[in-house]
Amino acid sequence: MAKIEEYIPLVGQAVIDDLRLLGERLKGKVIQHINSTPVGGGVAEILNRMVPLLRELEVDAKWDVIKGGEQFFEVTKKFHNALHGKAEEITKRDFEVFMETSQQNIESIDTYGDIVFIHDPQPIALIKKKAANKWLWRCHIDVANPNERVWGFLMDFITQYDSMVFSAPSFSRKLPIRQFLIPPSIDPLSDKNKELPQEIIDSVLKKYDIKKDKPIIAQVSRFDRLKDPIGVIEAYLQVKKYIDCQLILAGGTAEDDLEGFKVLEEVKEKAKKDPDIHILLLPQNDIDVNALQRASDVIVQKSLKEGFGLTVAEALWKAKPVVASNVGGIPLQIKHKYSGLLCHSIEGASFAIKQLLSSPAYAKKLGENGREHIKNNFLITRHLRDYMLLFLSLYHPEDIVYL
Amino acid sequence: MPELIKAKEPFKFCTRLHLSELTGLRATTLGQFLALIKQVSGSCIYHHTHRFLQQHQYLSPEPPNDFAYWVTDILGEDELGERLVSIDTIQYSTIRDLREKIASTIESYLRDNPLAKLRFARSGEEFHFIKSVSFILPTNYIAYDLNEFAEVLKKITIDSIYFHIFEARLRLEKPTNDFAFWIENSLGDKKLANNISSFDPYTSTLEDLRNKIIQIVESRITG
Repeated sequence: MAKIEEYIPLVGQAVIDDLRLLGERLKGKVIQHINSTPVGGGVAEILNRMVPLLRELEVDAKWDVIKGGEQFFEVTKKFHNALHGKAEEITKRDFEVFMETSQQNIESIDTYGDIVFIHDPQPIALIKKKAANKWLWRCHIDVANPNERVWGFLMDFITQYDSMVFSAPSFSRKLPIRQFLIPPSIDPLSDKNKELPQEIIDSVLKKYDIKKDKPIIAQVSRFDRLKDPIGVIEAYLQVKKYIDCQLILAGGTAEDDLEGFKVLEEVKEKAKKDPDIHILLLPQNDIDVNALQRASDVIVQKSLKEGFGLTVAEALWKAKPVVASNVGGIPLQIKHKYSGLLCHSIEGASFAIKQLLSSPAYAKKLGENGREHIKNNFLITRHLRDYMLLFLSLYHPEDIVYL
Repeated sequence: MPELIKAKEPFKFCTRLHLSELTGLRATTLGQFLALIKQVSGSCIYHHTHRFLQQHQYLSPEPPNDFAYWVTDILGEDELGERLVSIDTIQYSTIRDLREKIASTIESYLRDNPLAKLRFARSGEEFHFIKSVSFILPTNYIAYDLNEFAEVLKKITIDSIYFHIFEARLRLEKPTNDFAFWIENSLGDKKLANNISSFDPYTSTLEDLRNKIIQIVESRITG
């Protein structure tokens, strides 16, 4: 795993110096992150990188994970979908299941941190253990139009926190607690994003039996309805009428994502007649994901809802032209026609893909602008800085803070 | 080369890091937009008129303030957008004055173009008011003379340059930027101080600004 000094060639010495200055101000404070899964999904991915780097900056960061059975995670998946605005039937029993598991976690988890940082709704009820320490809740979900019943249920917990964090301004609302905007980030030195030699890219293509004889369109995302993999296939089929190309749909599933397996089956069914569609299940195979993104000509992220859409940042960091839906945090990463193309429909996605495949110079320029934008705003060093400022803000309510 | 004056009090470089705080306030129409501009904290006005300086250090298609961007690109009121983008921020010494200028520009436009009140942003394209929380930290860099000053300027982050040029003057309401103030009062070089305070920093990227100041200081050193 990369050390903090290894980021200096990418972001400059002074940025790392600033991080060290902030680390000094947090000496003696224990920061305890709590989420629901140690692997799979964006939250675990960020924490896997963030916690060791915070420790290197002499911030005493810890990470604990709650426990829950199949039934609990089925309910939290329903909550997740409902918060994204999808119609879900949530029963009284669902809320009971949520509270029963929460109660077990309240009893078994030690919330020892000076700052307890809770990620997403699954562990939200731990706030009942709040003592004299500070509590933060981070919502990684697109809650621009949430199911009000589920949001209302969560509000009883949210208002007990000291502050909360959203990934995009459109998720905010009037709240009685402070709320901060901190977009997530990618790690440019992780296996998923580091530079790869061409031989590795070629060997990964060979491994999955993909020939580079026609342009590659790819969506790298969990198999999840909200990522609209079926819509991607439909967009690809419209492009295919005019340009001979191939499609890669690659992704893993998070441990707590039971519905993902159902979606994967539906996608396989839809793709089975076309040999140019490659469906790849890649749980935790970051080098392969990296190689597939680098081998692609156009990367798509046709999500219907998106907490942030880190796969867009990953693709842009590799200077790839991207076609992505105008939802969640995606417009923060893509300025339409400047650092990628935004779309609102299957037809729009297919039109944009055709444009990029037909105009390689335009596609290249969009990719280059995209990489610069990610470098300035969405790398893990910016995220580390924001988190440390967030921790300090818990002790400083004013707008101008002298440290 | 003339001998360099050593200051009794060194210039102590600070850095300014910021966190964006959400307010939950949003506007869909120009009427709501104007009402909220009058009501939100100065830290909000500051955020939306200065955010671009730190987030877009390179050429980008966005105009240099969020208010103008929304009015132009979302509401399609190009003329008002142009009036907002051309407000000469450097002329205002307080956020209070800047806010009044922005509000009066919108008011006067609405008086002349009452139909503009009917325009509204689509769902998902509302203007979200955000405020800037600044954290100011001393760095380990100090300078006693112009040579040291130029050398440090080459090394420090653009956040530090940003703080001493923009934030110190407008948000902390100092009479000029910190660099010019120190050069005049601690080194007694009024001419150089005037040179540094006379250009409009809002029309440069922060990297260009860094290079410009280094260039002015170095040509002063070599006489």
